[in-house]
Amino acid sequence: MPLFEDTPAERAFRLALRKFIAKEFTPYREEWDRNRAVPREAWLKLGRQGYLCPYLPKEYGGSNLNFRYVVIMLQELTAGDAMCIGVTNHNDNSTRYIYHHGSEELKKRLLPKCVTGEAIACFAMTEPGAGSDAAAITTKAVRQGDHYILNGSKCFITNGMFADIMIVMCRVESPDVDPKKNYSLLCVEGESLKHIRRHQFEKMGRHGQDTAEIFFENCPVPVGNLLGKEGEGFKYIMEALGRERLELCIKAQVYADECLKEAIEYAKVREAFGKPIGKFEHIAFVLAEVATEVEIGNTFLHACVEEFIRGEDITKRVSMAKAWIPEMCNRVAYKAVQIFGGYGYMAEYRIARLYQDVRVTPIFGGTTEIMNLVIARQLGFKPIF
Amino acid sequence: MDKLDIKVLIKQVPNTSEVKIDPHTGTLMREGMESIINPDDLHAIEAALQLRDTHGGKVTAISMGPPQAKDVLREALGMGVDECILLTDRAFAGADTLATSYTLGKCVLRLGRFDLVIAGHQAIDGDTAQIGPQVAEFLGIPQVIRAIRLEIRGDGLLAERTAEEGTEIVKSTLPALVTVTKEANDPRYLFVPLLMAAFEEDAPIRVWGGNDIGADEAGTGLKGSPTRVRRTFTPSHNKKIERLNGMPADMARTLVERLRERKVI
Repeated sequence: MPLFEDTPAERAFRLALRKFIAKEFTPYREEWDRNRAVPREAWLKLGRQGYLCPYLPKEYGGSNLNFRYVVIMLQELTAGDAMCIGVTNHNDNSTRYIYHHGSEELKKRLLPKCVTGEAIACFAMTEPGAGSDAAAITTKAVRQGDHYILNGSKCFITNGMFADIMIVMCRVESPDVDPKKNYSLLCVEGESLKHIRRHQFEKMGRHGQDTAEIFFENCPVPVGNLLGKEGEGFKYIMEALGRERLELCIKAQVYADECLKEAIEYAKVREAFGKPIGKFEHIAFVLAEVATEVEIGNTFLHACVEEFIRGEDITKRVSMAKAWIPEMCNRVAYKAVQIFGGYGYMAEYRIARLYQDVRVTPIFGGTTEIMNLVIARQLGFKPIF
Repeated sequence: MDKLDIKVLIKQVPNTSEVKIDPHTGTLMREGMESIINPDDLHAIEAALQLRDTHGGKVTAISMGPPQAKDVLREALGMGVDECILLTDRAFAGADTLATSYTLGKCVLRLGRFDLVIAGHQAIDGDTAQIGPQVAEFLGIPQVIRAIRLEIRGDGLLAERTAEEGTEIVKSTLPALVTVTKEANDPRYLFVPLLMAAFEEDAPIRVWGGNDIGADEAGTGLKGSPTRVRRTFTPSHNKKIERLNGMPADMARTLVERLRERKVI
């Protein structure tokens, strides 16, 4: 289901990407899931064709592509079962902090490598004791001469195991900054990586995707690797939040669409009691309801995407989308598995994997509960929690 | 040999994996049908790019078709072709393979010096495989058809081509025309920066009509086409299937009976 009518250039981009994913990624998903890792070569292949950080200006190796191409990439990677590669995190989250807030030296040195795939980037904010309550982070950086000394740990970090560049949210201890507002972003890379330890999580789904716990132990980070200013880390993250949530909604919407497609296809061919199960009213009506939910999600998401592209404030509506679409996507996945019956529970069926993969969508990038909090505040309430 | 000048002939075709024929008129139902670059032509482009990457030089893609055929030229640019010519003119409409070959041949001549013309073996819509050989005849140059490997050796061409039984290695002088099949190579993916540049105003795609290539109107389009299509139709498949049910022994007995009835055994 298209979110917008592609221009000829967007269409050409979409078809080229679809072909690339179908040949290079989709056939390997199961192997990568089993290995709990995507080979580095997959990143280099993406880089060779120009799919890494295509938003960057040409001077850093990018193609200067706008948000509509981000949407296309999210849609095609999700539909092509290629989400195990944390490319959208690399493209649309981590590297953007370097581009928007890094020094020119840092940008010139790091971004071209992010474009070729030589360097994988991750964004590390969540901590074992600070998820929804992001302000509770304790990872600390203390200035010592030309370096910050970083200590603490981060968890659930996409691309964390293989990342060569880590954008780390921490508290900087500095006499110049209010200790309550001392959140800052450091870019950890190069020699600094010798002072970290990593551990891969075993997850419910998305097995091929690298999700790590990272420990910083007296990790020295050059002062030049501070992104923007000390104490402004939260501001930078808030600026990107609307876009990030919109992107997560796009993924969840495509997942819902894929689950629906799987269920419709199966209901047409699976026979029981002498006829395709889709001919039974109960199944047909479930599909009708599910299709309606998917369509509603798509329509609302389309509106949010358009508003975002026009530069409007989408805080309230994107929170509504993030609160509703991932939940809808899980309802759709649940019902789709039910239509598949026993086969829906078998790992070799795509629907079983989709069911596992979508479970995280109402959790990551802001839980449904936190989204409701944002919406309630926008309505003028201050809920007690 | 240094610096090759290579022309590649490409065609936009309907994606025949989705194609439907109107049973009443016998014509293609074009509604909602996607157009693609002819699959063999992707291999022609790849062959040209590989030779250019080895020896240096320039690759020019040429396509004849309606204005929307520009899409396949953009794809060619996305693969790395240096420049493109779109041959589009009302006078070219209704061309059969002879008129098409004449038009493409005139364009190649108009572009001046060349070492190689490479084309796909055949297009998935017409399946004639006539364009390559006819363009070679028009240009009066040697042709190697159904090539699966190409090499420049000294001042000439060394090619391996599929024949009735096995393959043949042939040598040719240059300039020459080669058609390639899908066994020739693995076409590269599009490179995003090049593909995006292909949609810019200043993309190197020239649009030429009959006058630009000095074509005689009597040789192009319907006027230049001796072929007349009397009728196109979808052959009917009226095969009857009888499904045998029951125990294996009974089914086997029935099967033998049926085969006897039809005098198969």
